[in-house]
Amino acid sequence: MHIIENGNTAAALGVKLCRASVIAAYPITPQTPLTEKLSEYVERGDMKAEYIPVESEHSALAVCIAASSAGARVFTATSANGLLYMHEQVQWASGARLPIVMCVVNRAVGAPWNIWNDQQDSISQRDTGWIQIYCADHQQIIDAVIKAYWIAEKVSIPIMVCYDGYILSHTFMPFDLPDQKTVDAFLPPFKPDYALRPEEPANLNTVTLPDVRLDVRGELAHSYMEIRYLLQEELRTTLDVAADAEKRFAEIFGRQSDPFIESYRCDDADCVALGLGSLTYQLRVSVDALRKEGIKVGVMGLRFYRPFPDEAIAGALKGKKSVVVFEKALSYGYEGALTSDLKSALYEHLAGTGTLPSIQNFIAGIGGRDIRTDDLTKMFRAATHGRVSKEPLWIGLKL
Amino acid sequence: MDKEFIQIRWHGRGGQGAITAAKIVASAAFTSGYDGVVMAPTFGTERRGAPVMTSLKISRTKIYDLSPIETPDIVVVLDHLLLKETDVTHGLKKGGIIVLNTPMAFESYSFTDFKLASADITAISVEAGLPHGMVNTGMIGSLEKATNLLGMDLLIKCIEEEFSSRKPQKNSLAARIAYERTRVGG
Repeated sequence: MHIIENGNTAAALGVKLCRASVIAAYPITPQTPLTEKLSEYVERGDMKAEYIPVESEHSALAVCIAASSAGARVFTATSANGLLYMHEQVQWASGARLPIVMCVVNRAVGAPWNIWNDQQDSISQRDTGWIQIYCADHQQIIDAVIKAYWIAEKVSIPIMVCYDGYILSHTFMPFDLPDQKTVDAFLPPFKPDYALRPEEPANLNTVTLPDVRLDVRGELAHSYMEIRYLLQEELRTTLDVAADAEKRFAEIFGRQSDPFIESYRCDDADCVALGLGSLTYQLRVSVDALRKEGIKVGVMGLRFYRPFPDEAIAGALKGKKSVVVFEKALSYGYEGALTSDLKSALYEHLAGTGTLPSIQNFIAGIGGRDIRTDDLTKMFRAATHGRVSKEPLWIGLKL
Repeated sequence: MDKEFIQIRWHGRGGQGAITAAKIVASAAFTSGYDGVVMAPTFGTERRGAPVMTSLKISRTKIYDLSPIETPDIVVVLDHLLLKETDVTHGLKKGGIIVLNTPMAFESYSFTDFKLASADITAISVEAGLPHGMVNTGMIGSLEKATNLLGMDLLIKCIEEEFSSRKPQKNSLAARIAYERTRVGG
């Protein structure tokens, strides 16, 4: 059934359909309406879950970590400085290998204070060991939440489902709301290998020495380095699990898409734009405009940012003359983080083949600056013949 | 007016229900076969009484561009005093429509480049039994009279669905009376 709702409601409905049993959250714009919706569902009895209103984001994730350790399917959501305040627990959740799903409603981080959209918040959490999924519309938000629980619980790694604040969170559009039966068929109840039980107290993730040693049962136990190595290794194999999730989702829901890259008019394109989130949909309008001028362009939206689908990206971009990366965040002091990751993937897979495309980085929409489609088209057009500037160029900058 | 892709900008005051009205029109448009409907409120400055804006794009195909409307086909103005506070016709296409709630006579306005559709929706809504100042459903009746876009039957159905627990009949009555009494310029 199609309904017209905003992106926060799409996320809340996804969480409800996944039967999350513990929700802990602290309100922050533009995430607030999402957690308000969930508290309404719980209050009305539409959702059998414990809603725990906490005093901070740090506590929100701490509650999720505890509840997940006890075997509950948990959910939280935040934005911007809320996510930054959570940061210590963000690292803890992945180190503890807990399948937590968290929506990050992307918003600029302070200072100066700003409540509007960019993606600096989630991009700044790139190296925390979480899986990151980016959404371009409401269908992708609700579908990503559902897929996220399946993937997270398969690999025991937490997932951030990221979507643009206001542009998606507060905008209304139609999307297909799956029924409970379909979601239940896709997502079985959460059955962790290990869960804390009151009758069997245990210490989890206590001090782990630099080297391996025998545990209390006399067995050789992993040390910190082994535990962290396994996190990295299993994050890399999560790419295969994500592909499985997509296949399973398509079979049950009848909606199919590429698990890693959503491409538009790329097959015969010489120049391809690359980005994360709703901006890649707006770029489709630019692609259509430039195609009318006879310029062969296309756009790719990346759905998984971590683990980074380097092989899929390099494969998709092989033979292209130029790539234009549009980003709503950057690694301050260098360039957009996605641009650096892209260069690394292309070097790995295409170096020496003589087919390395030129790469131009544009920064757009920082702090919610309106991104006019005409401006996007103009900048895109300027970069179709190759790089125009080594340093990233800021679209719409008024200096 | 091109009926394949229509851009409507709503001007109201925080608390007047412009977003709800735009959402009702969006639902009706989607039901009638417009696959692309996107309603985007402006963000960050919403307060009761302050001027607020909402963009509604209606298209036969899925909409990928969520950026704000720059050149609306129609502007819907829920309070005539907003004409003095904000440039409601900014970017409005030549020949575009202004749907205006005003107690002033239709003849007292002269827009050279635009078509005016007006009615005293504030009074009509009270007549329909709604509390003073609840004008959003009345505006939908005026909008339909000015555009003949979606049909009153469908709009009435969508209004009554949206307000199913909040005076559905009075809200749809306000839209019906507004449809009858709205004057549309040439």
